[in-house]
Amino acid sequence: MDLFEYQGKQYFARYGIPVSAGGVADTVEEAVAAAEAAGYPVVVKAQVQVGGRGKAGGVKLAADAAEVRLHAADIIGLDIKGHVVRRLWVEHATDIAEEYYASFTLDRGAKAHLAMVSARGGVEIETVADEDPEAISRLHVDPATGFDERQARELVERAGLPEVAREGVVEVLEKLYRCYEEGDADLVEINPLVLTPDGRVHALDAKVTLDDNAAFRHPEWDAFRDIDELDERERLARSKGLQYVGLDGTVGIIANGAGLAMSTCDVVNQVGGSPANFLDIGGGANAEVMANALEVINSDPLVRSIFINIFGGITRGEEVAKGIVAALERVDIGSPMVVRLDGTNAEEGREILLGVDPGRLVSRPTMLEAAREAVALAGGARR
Amino acid sequence: MSIFANEETRVVVQGLTGGQGRFHGLRNRAYGTRVVAGVTPGKGGQDVEGIPVYDTVAEAVRATGANASFVSVPPRFAPDAILEAARAEIPLVVCITEGIPAHDEARVFATLRSQHPGTRLLGPNCPGIISPGKTNIGITAGEIALPGGPVGIVSRSGTLTYQALYELKQLGIGVTTCVGIGGDPVPGTNFVDCLLEFEADPETEAIAMFGEIGGTEEEKAAELIAEAVTKPVVAYIAGVTAPPGKKMGHAGAIISGSKGTAQAKMEALSAAGAHVVQNPTEAGRKMAEILASR
Repeated sequence: MDLFEYQGKQYFARYGIPVSAGGVADTVEEAVAAAEAAGYPVVVKAQVQVGGRGKAGGVKLAADAAEVRLHAADIIGLDIKGHVVRRLWVEHATDIAEEYYASFTLDRGAKAHLAMVSARGGVEIETVADEDPEAISRLHVDPATGFDERQARELVERAGLPEVAREGVVEVLEKLYRCYEEGDADLVEINPLVLTPDGRVHALDAKVTLDDNAAFRHPEWDAFRDIDELDERERLARSKGLQYVGLDGTVGIIANGAGLAMSTCDVVNQVGGSPANFLDIGGGANAEVMANALEVINSDPLVRSIFINIFGGITRGEEVAKGIVAALERVDIGSPMVVRLDGTNAEEGREILLGVDPGRLVSRPTMLEAAREAVALAGGARR
Repeated sequence: MSIFANEETRVVVQGLTGGQGRFHGLRNRAYGTRVVAGVTPGKGGQDVEGIPVYDTVAEAVRATGANASFVSVPPRFAPDAILEAARAEIPLVVCITEGIPAHDEARVFATLRSQHPGTRLLGPNCPGIISPGKTNIGITAGEIALPGGPVGIVSRSGTLTYQALYELKQLGIGVTTCVGIGGDPVPGTNFVDCLLEFEADPETEAIAMFGEIGGTEEEKAAELIAEAVTKPVVAYIAGVTAPPGKKMGHAGAIISGSKGTAQAKMEALSAAGAHVVQNPTEAGRKMAEILASR
């Protein structure tokens, strides 16, 4: 789960990382109230999960209530690269002497955590990495033994931060690691981490990605789910416990297993079609799961045909077929379906599906043939 | 021959008394796997259809000579279960558990690396390992695999692993060992480990490798293929159409920025001399072609 800036800052604050006083606002009046509480001057910031907010006009400085009104009214509803702003974060403006960068993430290749610090903050770290890789100091952290003050000092010295900032940054790094480790984040990033003219070190932005697998030990994460960037289809799928990712094509896809679901999207694409979604129903697909999956696909107005691709391992073919038949009785499906059943008891499964009106559902023996049929039913291959 | 597990392998199932553990443990035994023990704390002394259950892995090892563990316990208990097996000096631990937090996985892997170098972890979140006709540890349906070789399979995804076994069986091609390494960010065993074993195994004549988006393990495999693998490799990568920044079901299957794309992986493998194919069916056909031309 990716957090919005204001949520990331709230998470940082739990671990003692210094952030600016501020408040959330969904309306102009709430923005004024948040500004009054934070103290002028303030910065009004669009809460969207996309880079380049500033350039798009989503971040504005305001000296008084009138300016807050003006900017808040402009920013709410603003479309930033396809993300419509629904919420603002209004915080006390910070004077900046210098801007740095700090992050922790998992380096999968090394199977260890990776700490990164740079004196070149405030710009995209990927840009720094491309232009001047030496400007980023990196350190691998052993997940079994953790991160300590000595390592924090080493990073800060290697990054060439000025003497005046070092103590403060070391302290922030230790807290940031705790936030990352105890907080079960996949990524914590502060960019920029600023030094104020009076020598304080302060997180001016927050990028946090939480590991959904750790949600069972973080009841406090529930509060982060009140607003999210999922589209309607994804929201419905999540409420039904399905692994769903919305795409923008016309062939709805249902498969068992993440790898097979991805592969199904690819094959549809290969034969000239476009997948509407990725949907993994997992192992042991029963009627309930199948009905839920069909309901989600059916809610997508772009879908013209549905491709159900099941490889029976533990899941048995006749169970899947019964599931589809039962689902058809529960859900009124608007698009024709193509089913490919293989593996355990596939024959029995196909036999059962012969009982369904062929105008609504057809079976094909292989993934490729089924993909071609589904694409044809969706209006044909692109030229 | 086979890699990592064979007919001599003696398996203890951690979580044998649970729903999943019981189902798959008994299924593995029915396949012919030597399932010699189960472990569930507090249930020592019981048995599951004749398989004795112990309180700890160490006891199970002492009593039955188990030399592999099949971990089938919920995510919050799995990290400790893996480490318990390692402390009991089990050389092969197969963990099918899905949903273990990434930090726990990283910590477990680091602990194994530093304190238990003699233990190989397969998974987590993997379908397991099958050496057809000899042993099946995990959740693969054994009947979809043809015994006898000469192909070794290594795959990140469960259903694609089944698909690979099935495609080969349809063409009458047997398998020495099929290893599912799992779809999580920190797998205990990588493509590289399996490729080295298959290269060294005299009965494996060709290798099928099924990867997916995310991480850099396929790229590392490509480096190894270029340098040290003499046997033909057929490679398939799932996720060409996956959008950046979205996890495609597996925790490890995510494109971050420009990293981890299917395109980059296919190019690396192709440049290394692997036969890169566009879908699982083509993988089977390509393999048949390669074997026929020997």
